[in-house]
Amino acid sequence: MNLRRDVFQAIADPTRRAILVLVATQSMTAGAIASNFDSARPTVSKHIQILTECELLQPQQNGREIIYHLNGSKMKEIADFIEPFRKMWDDRFNKLEALMKNYKTK
Amino acid sequence: MELKTQVQAEEGKQELFITREFNLPLALLFKAYEDPDIVAQWMGTNVIKLENTKHGSWQFETSYDGNVVFSASGVILEFIPDQKITRTFKMENTDFPVQLEFLDFEALSDDTSKLTMQIIFKTVAFRDQLLQMPFAQGLSMAHDRLQEILKQPSL
Repeated sequence: MNLRRDVFQAIADPTRRAILVLVATQSMTAGAIASNFDSARPTVSKHIQILTECELLQPQQNGREIIYHLNGSKMKEIADFIEPFRKMWDDRFNKLEALMKNYKTK
Repeated sequence: MELKTQVQAEEGKQELFITREFNLPLALLFKAYEDPDIVAQWMGTNVIKLENTKHGSWQFETSYDGNVVFSASGVILEFIPDQKITRTFKMENTDFPVQLEFLDFEALSDDTSKLTMQIIFKTVAFRDQLLQMPFAQGLSMAHDRLQEILKQPSL
Protein backbone atom coordinates (compact mmCIF):
# COMPACT_ATOMS: atom_id res chain seq x y z
CA MET A 1 0.00 0.00 0.00
CA ASN A 2 2.85 2.34 0.80
CA LEU A 3 4.18 1.91 -2.69
CA ARG A 4 1.70 4.33 -4.18
CA ARG A 5 2.75 6.99 -1.76
CA ASP A 6 5.23 8.90 -3.80
CA VAL A 7 6.09 12.52 -3.17
CA PHE A 8 4.30 13.75 -6.27
CA GLN A 9 1.07 12.21 -5.17
CA ALA A 10 1.61 13.79 -1.77
CA ILE A 11 1.97 17.30 -3.12
CA ALA A 12 -0.92 16.95 -5.56
CA ASP A 13 -3.35 17.77 -2.77
CA PRO A 14 -3.85 21.43 -1.75
CA THR A 15 -4.32 20.66 1.96
CA ARG A 16 -1.11 18.67 2.02
CA ARG A 17 0.72 21.48 0.28
CA ALA A 18 -0.63 23.86 2.89
CA ILE A 19 0.63 21.53 5.63
CA LEU A 20 4.11 21.58 4.07
CA VAL A 21 4.03 25.39 3.97
CA LEU A 22 3.06 25.43 7.62
CA VAL A 23 5.70 22.97 8.77
CA ALA A 24 8.35 24.66 6.64
CA THR A 25 7.83 27.72 8.83
CA GLN A 26 7.83 25.84 12.08
CA SER A 27 7.98 22.22 13.23
CA MET A 28 4.82 21.30 15.15
CA THR A 29 2.56 18.60 16.54
CA ALA A 30 -0.34 17.08 14.59
CA GLY A 31 -2.73 18.97 16.85
CA ALA A 32 -1.06 22.28 16.08
CA ILE A 33 -1.17 21.50 12.36
CA ALA A 34 -4.87 20.57 12.55
CA SER A 35 -5.73 23.77 14.42
CA ASN A 36 -4.76 25.69 11.28
CA PHE A 37 -7.38 23.97 9.14
CA ASP A 38 -11.16 23.92 9.06
CA SER A 39 -11.18 20.25 8.04
CA ALA A 40 -12.03 17.59 10.60
CA ARG A 41 -9.09 16.46 12.71
CA PRO A 42 -9.10 12.86 11.28
CA THR A 43 -8.91 14.28 7.75
CA VAL A 44 -5.86 16.32 8.65
CA SER A 45 -4.34 13.31 10.44
CA LYS A 46 -4.77 11.29 7.26
CA HIS A 47 -2.92 13.97 5.29
CA ILE A 48 -0.12 14.01 7.85
CA GLN A 49 0.08 10.24 7.65
CA ILE A 50 0.47 10.36 3.87
CA LEU A 51 3.14 13.06 4.09
CA THR A 52 4.95 10.98 6.70
CA GLU A 53 4.69 7.78 4.65
CA CYS A 54 6.39 9.42 1.72
CA GLU A 55 8.95 10.93 4.11
CA LEU A 56 8.19 14.57 3.39
CA LEU A 57 7.40 14.94 7.07
CA GLN A 58 9.57 13.44 9.75
CA PRO A 59 7.99 12.57 13.09
CA GLN A 60 10.10 13.01 16.17
CA GLN A 61 9.06 11.74 19.57
CA ASN A 62 9.43 14.51 22.12
CA GLY A 63 8.25 13.27 25.51
CA ARG A 64 4.57 12.53 25.08
CA GLU A 65 4.33 14.57 21.91
CA ILE A 66 5.26 13.86 18.33
CA ILE A 67 6.69 16.85 16.54
CA TYR A 68 6.62 16.91 12.74
CA HIS A 69 9.54 18.36 10.83
CA LEU A 70 9.96 19.02 7.15
CA ASN A 71 12.35 16.51 5.63
CA GLY A 72 14.68 18.63 3.57
CA SER A 73 16.55 15.85 1.79
CA LYS A 74 13.34 14.24 0.61
CA MET A 75 12.00 17.53 -0.69
CA LYS A 76 15.15 17.76 -2.78
CA GLU A 77 13.85 14.86 -4.80
CA ILE A 78 11.25 17.18 -6.24
CA ALA A 79 13.28 20.33 -6.70
CA ASP A 80 16.50 21.95 -5.80
CA PHE A 81 15.68 24.07 -2.79
CA ILE A 82 17.81 27.02 -3.66
CA GLU A 83 16.19 27.47 -7.05
CA PRO A 84 12.76 28.67 -5.80
CA PHE A 85 14.50 30.95 -3.33
CA ARG A 86 16.75 32.32 -6.07
CA LYS A 87 13.75 32.72 -8.38
CA MET A 88 11.88 34.66 -5.72
CA TRP A 89 14.73 37.17 -5.44
CA ASP A 90 15.26 37.21 -9.18
CA ASP A 91 11.60 38.16 -9.70
CA ARG A 92 11.86 40.91 -7.09
CA PHE A 93 15.06 42.29 -8.57
CA ASN A 94 13.64 42.17 -12.10
CA LYS A 95 10.73 44.24 -10.85
CA LEU A 96 13.12 46.64 -9.13
CA GLU A 97 15.14 47.02 -12.31
CA ALA A 98 12.10 47.65 -14.50
CA LEU A 99 10.71 50.11 -12.00
CA MET A 100 13.91 52.13 -11.75
CA LYS A 101 14.41 52.20 -15.52
CA ASN A 102 11.07 53.95 -15.77
CA TYR A 103 12.00 56.20 -12.90
CA LYS A 104 15.08 57.26 -14.78
CA THR A 105 13.16 58.30 -17.87
CA LYS A 106 10.52 60.26 -15.95
CA MET B 1 24.41 32.86 -19.96
CA GLU B 2 25.15 33.47 -16.34
CA LEU B 3 22.19 33.95 -14.03
CA LYS B 4 21.65 37.57 -13.06
CA THR B 5 20.68 36.73 -9.52
CA GLN B 6 22.83 34.22 -7.69
CA VAL B 7 22.40 32.56 -4.35
CA GLN B 8 25.35 31.01 -2.59
CA ALA B 9 24.64 28.84 0.41
CA GLU B 10 27.64 26.75 1.32
CA GLU B 11 26.77 23.55 3.11
CA GLY B 12 27.06 23.68 6.87
CA LYS B 13 27.40 27.47 7.06
CA GLN B 14 24.94 29.72 8.83
CA GLU B 15 25.04 32.39 6.17
CA LEU B 16 24.05 32.91 2.59
CA PHE B 17 24.86 35.39 -0.14
CA ILE B 18 22.51 36.83 -2.72
CA THR B 19 24.17 38.77 -5.51
CA ARG B 20 22.69 40.62 -8.44
CA GLU B 21 23.99 42.85 -11.16
CA PHE B 22 21.64 45.58 -12.33
CA ASN B 23 21.48 47.57 -15.52
CA LEU B 24 21.03 50.63 -13.38
CA PRO B 25 23.35 53.33 -12.13
CA LEU B 26 24.30 52.87 -8.50
CA ALA B 27 22.24 55.87 -7.34
CA LEU B 28 19.04 54.41 -8.81
CA LEU B 29 19.67 51.01 -7.29
CA PHE B 30 20.17 52.56 -3.91
CA LYS B 31 17.08 54.71 -4.31
CA ALA B 32 15.03 51.55 -4.81
CA TYR B 33 16.02 50.58 -1.27
CA GLU B 34 15.67 54.05 0.21
CA ASP B 35 12.27 55.21 -1.04
CA PRO B 36 9.40 53.51 0.87
CA ASP B 37 6.97 53.78 -2.07
CA ILE B 38 9.42 52.13 -4.43
CA VAL B 39 10.33 49.42 -1.90
CA ALA B 40 6.63 48.65 -1.52
CA GLN B 41 6.27 48.17 -5.27
CA TRP B 42 9.10 45.77 -5.95
CA MET B 43 8.90 43.88 -2.66
CA GLY B 44 5.12 43.56 -3.03
CA THR B 45 4.51 44.55 0.55
CA ASN B 46 3.22 47.52 2.54
CA VAL B 47 5.97 49.60 4.05
CA ILE B 48 4.70 50.64 7.47
CA LYS B 49 7.93 52.23 8.55
CA LEU B 50 11.35 52.79 7.00
CA GLU B 51 13.69 55.03 8.94
CA ASN B 52 16.84 55.24 6.84
CA THR B 53 19.23 56.20 9.55
CA LYS B 54 21.55 54.62 12.06
CA HIS B 55 19.43 53.27 14.93
CA GLY B 56 16.30 53.68 12.85
CA SER B 57 13.79 50.89 12.39
CA TRP B 58 11.70 49.41 9.63
CA GLN B 59 8.50 47.40 9.33
CA PHE B 60 6.85 45.65 6.37
CA GLU B 61 3.43 44.07 6.29
CA THR B 62 1.66 42.12 3.55
CA SER B 63 -2.09 41.59 3.57
CA TYR B 64 -4.21 39.24 1.57
CA ASP B 65 -8.00 39.39 1.68
CA GLY B 66 -7.80 41.78 4.61
CA ASN B 67 -5.60 39.48 6.70
CA VAL B 68 -1.98 40.15 7.50
CA VAL B 69 -0.14 37.18 5.98
CA PHE B 70 3.39 38.40 6.35
CA SER B 71 4.96 40.81 8.76
CA ALA B 72 8.62 41.57 9.28
CA SER B 73 10.61 44.23 11.04
CA GLY B 74 14.04 45.17 12.24
CA VAL B 75 16.47 47.90 13.11
CA ILE B 76 18.93 49.67 10.88
CA LEU B 77 22.47 49.55 12.18
CA GLU B 78 24.27 51.33 9.35
CA PHE B 79 22.94 53.46 6.54
CA ILE B 80 25.50 54.90 4.14
CA PRO B 81 23.91 56.17 0.90
CA ASP B 82 25.17 54.47 -2.27
CA GLN B 83 27.33 52.14 -0.19
CA LYS B 84 25.69 50.01 2.42
CA ILE B 85 22.79 49.16 4.66
CA THR B 86 23.22 46.87 7.65
CA ARG B 87 20.02 45.80 9.33
CA THR B 88 18.30 43.10 11.34
CA PHE B 89 15.38 41.13 9.97
CA LYS B 90 12.75 39.35 12.03
CA MET B 91 9.69 37.59 10.66
CA GLU B 92 6.78 38.02 13.05
CA ASN B 93 4.66 35.07 14.19
CA THR B 94 7.29 32.50 13.33
CA ASP B 95 10.00 30.65 15.21
CA PHE B 96 12.70 32.17 13.05
CA PRO B 97 15.24 34.02 15.15
CA VAL B 98 16.41 37.43 14.07
CA GLN B 99 18.76 37.56 11.05
CA LEU B 100 21.54 40.00 10.35
CA GLU B 101 21.71 41.43 6.84
CA PHE B 102 24.61 43.22 5.18
CA LEU B 103 23.69 44.95 1.94
CA ASP B 104 26.59 46.24 -0.11
CA PHE B 105 26.01 48.43 -3.13
CA GLU B 106 28.71 49.08 -5.70
CA ALA B 107 29.02 50.69 -9.10
CA LEU B 108 30.31 48.47 -11.91
CA SER B 109 30.16 51.23 -14.52
CA ASP B 110 28.16 54.44 -15.02
CA ASP B 111 25.08 52.41 -15.93
CA THR B 112 25.51 49.18 -14.05
CA SER B 113 25.69 48.31 -10.40
CA LYS B 114 25.88 45.35 -8.10
CA LEU B 115 24.17 44.37 -4.89
CA THR B 116 25.63 41.82 -2.50
CA MET B 117 23.38 40.72 0.31
CA GLN B 118 24.92 38.65 3.08
CA ILE B 119 22.47 37.14 5.55
CA ILE B 120 23.66 35.63 8.84
CA PHE B 121 21.41 33.16 10.64
CA LYS B 122 21.38 31.92 14.22
CA THR B 123 21.96 28.32 13.09
CA VAL B 124 22.59 26.34 9.92
CA ALA B 125 19.20 24.67 10.39
CA PHE B 126 17.36 28.00 10.35
CA ARG B 127 19.17 29.01 7.19
CA ASP B 128 18.20 25.78 5.47
CA GLN B 129 14.63 26.15 6.67
CA LEU B 130 14.39 29.62 5.18
CA LEU B 131 15.71 28.36 1.86
CA GLN B 132 12.91 25.80 1.83
CA MET B 133 10.11 28.29 2.39
CA PRO B 134 9.65 29.68 -1.13
CA PHE B 135 9.50 26.14 -2.44
CA ALA B 136 6.47 25.40 -0.32
CA GLN B 137 4.99 28.84 -1.00
CA GLY B 138 5.54 28.41 -4.69
CA LEU B 139 3.53 25.23 -4.59
CA SER B 140 0.63 26.84 -2.81
CA MET B 141 0.71 29.92 -5.02
CA ALA B 142 0.69 27.79 -8.13
CA HIS B 143 -2.33 26.08 -6.70
CA ASP B 144 -4.12 29.40 -6.01
CA ARG B 145 -3.47 30.52 -9.55
CA LEU B 146 -4.87 27.28 -10.87
CA GLN B 147 -7.96 27.78 -8.74
CA GLU B 148 -8.45 31.26 -10.18
CA ILE B 149 -8.15 30.01 -13.72
CA LEU B 150 -10.60 27.20 -13.04
CA LYS B 151 -13.08 29.66 -11.57
CA GLN B 152 -13.31 31.62 -14.80
CA PRO B 153 -16.67 30.84 -16.44
CA SER B 154 -15.29 31.08 -19.98
CA LEU B 155 -13.28 27.89 -19.51
